[in-house]
Amino acid sequence: MKMRKGLWIQVLVLALVFSLILVLVNNISTNLIRSGLGFDFGWLNRTAGFALAEHVLPYSSSDNYAWALLIGWLNSLKVIFASLIMATLIGFFVGILSAGRNTLLRFLASLYVTFIRQIPLLLQLLFWYFVGFLSIQGNLIGPFKGILNISNQGIVILGINLSAEFSALLIGLSVYSGAYISEIVRGGIQSVSRGQWEAFRSLGLAENIGLIKVIMPQALPAILPGLTSQYLNLAKNSTLAIAVGYSDIYAISDTIITQTGRAIEGFILLLISFFFLNIIISNCMELLNNRLLSYQKH
Amino acid sequence: MSHIIRANNLVKSFTKGLRALDDISMVVNKQEVLVVMGPSGSGKSTLIRTFNGLETFDSGKLEVVGVPLYSNHDERNIRAIRRKVGMVFQQFNLFPHLSILENIILAPMKVQKLTRIEAEEHAMHLLSQMGITKQARKYPSQLSGGEQQRVAIARALALKPELLLFDEPTSALDPERVNEVLDAMRTLAQKGMTMVVVTHEVGFAREVADRVLFMDSGKLIEMTTPDIFFSNAKHERSRKFLNQIEK
Repeated sequence: MKMRKGLWIQVLVLALVFSLILVLVNNISTNLIRSGLGFDFGWLNRTAGFALAEHVLPYSSSDNYAWALLIGWLNSLKVIFASLIMATLIGFFVGILSAGRNTLLRFLASLYVTFIRQIPLLLQLLFWYFVGFLSIQGNLIGPFKGILNISNQGIVILGINLSAEFSALLIGLSVYSGAYISEIVRGGIQSVSRGQWEAFRSLGLAENIGLIKVIMPQALPAILPGLTSQYLNLAKNSTLAIAVGYSDIYAISDTIITQTGRAIEGFILLLISFFFLNIIISNCMELLNNRLLSYQKH
Repeated sequence: MSHIIRANNLVKSFTKGLRALDDISMVVNKQEVLVVMGPSGSGKSTLIRTFNGLETFDSGKLEVVGVPLYSNHDERNIRAIRRKVGMVFQQFNLFPHLSILENIILAPMKVQKLTRIEAEEHAMHLLSQMGITKQARKYPSQLSGGEQQRVAIARALALKPELLLFDEPTSALDPERVNEVLDAMRTLAQKGMTMVVVTHEVGFAREVADRVLFMDSGKLIEMTTPDIFFSNAKHERSRKFLNQIEK
């Protein structure tokens, strides 16, 4: 009797899921018919007709939509990759400080983390863009003119030109993710037993050498899983670029969807591209994790 | 005889009224083996850990291997002491991510700036002294507790210390593994190594110690030769403690 009851519930759930999918497909096809558009990707080859302020590869408004999407994709990768590195540096630096012995530095670190985590990322990005960059008059750092130049046009460092939009996004994402990463790093360091600290100190090793050679290798296995999920969050949060006018993949898709009305195809491309990006990130981290854990398999 | 540790009126308070170290004054001479005994919580671990700066103290003066240490705990002086004083812990505290050899050569390479070849040569010599050369390429988790503790002793010897501190080195071992560690310590004592050993091993103290220091509630109760301490202890508290551990 019990078996049969379980079976009936399964059939019911299956029927529910099926009908939901049917409703969705029906909805999509009705909309496609109503708008007179079929389901195809031929439009990718049409001329985009809009200009892009930032492009890693050559781009003009006479290029097609596919090329514009690729440019957007590369812009996304650029900001994600740069923020990932900066967030990691900030996170490890602050995390190590907050696990350290200096009371003042520990307090400052916890102030940073507490403050950043209470404020929505969107507000932080808008702050860095409008207050942080657009409100600057002239060059912020006078004496270093030529090496580092910060103005409402963005940052110029050693001849490399970063737009205000890119810079605001880079700083906003790094400072935000850095706060979360620092907590993960702190937890990892504190998971290493007290005895390991005493052992390297008793050997006359300096704090920084002990941290690098003894503590960090043991803390990393505890840090990596949390780090991976922060990296994935950072990649997904980069779509907030649209708020500060940076042409990432989402901002460009949005423009294209408005122009062509191809919302379904546009979103399918977006979902697939983010899916693959995050698969790549998590696989790389998995690889790193396996390498690090190899010593535990002796 | 010249001293290697001199403590003058060391005081350390944990919470109000409770003293981990209560006005300790003592001297350890070169080539001496001092065994520290006392009930748990008597402050014997705290005392031995102040000798290489792992514990701080509130007042008094300490001098270890010729380096003075006051209650302000100057980091540079502590580092200078640690370069000449080795320590062996109850829980071994080997670095689990490094091989046995790497455990031993880390400090000589980073502190004394030896080359890897020099450091490894010395490390292999120390491992053969401890009778565990075969384990050099293995990792700590692959060794028995007794072997791990002998590696820890070899690691503490790697900087050619003038003084070795042992904080209950056999308390975490299986009973059948205790002797191999005590034997290694006995050999070191015979070679003239200065040692301060916190332990409950009465046999070891009787046989190897030059003097026994007995502590209770942070106070130094008596410090005398093992002969007198084990057969004719002066103080009521020492006799009570000996009665309890002999039961």
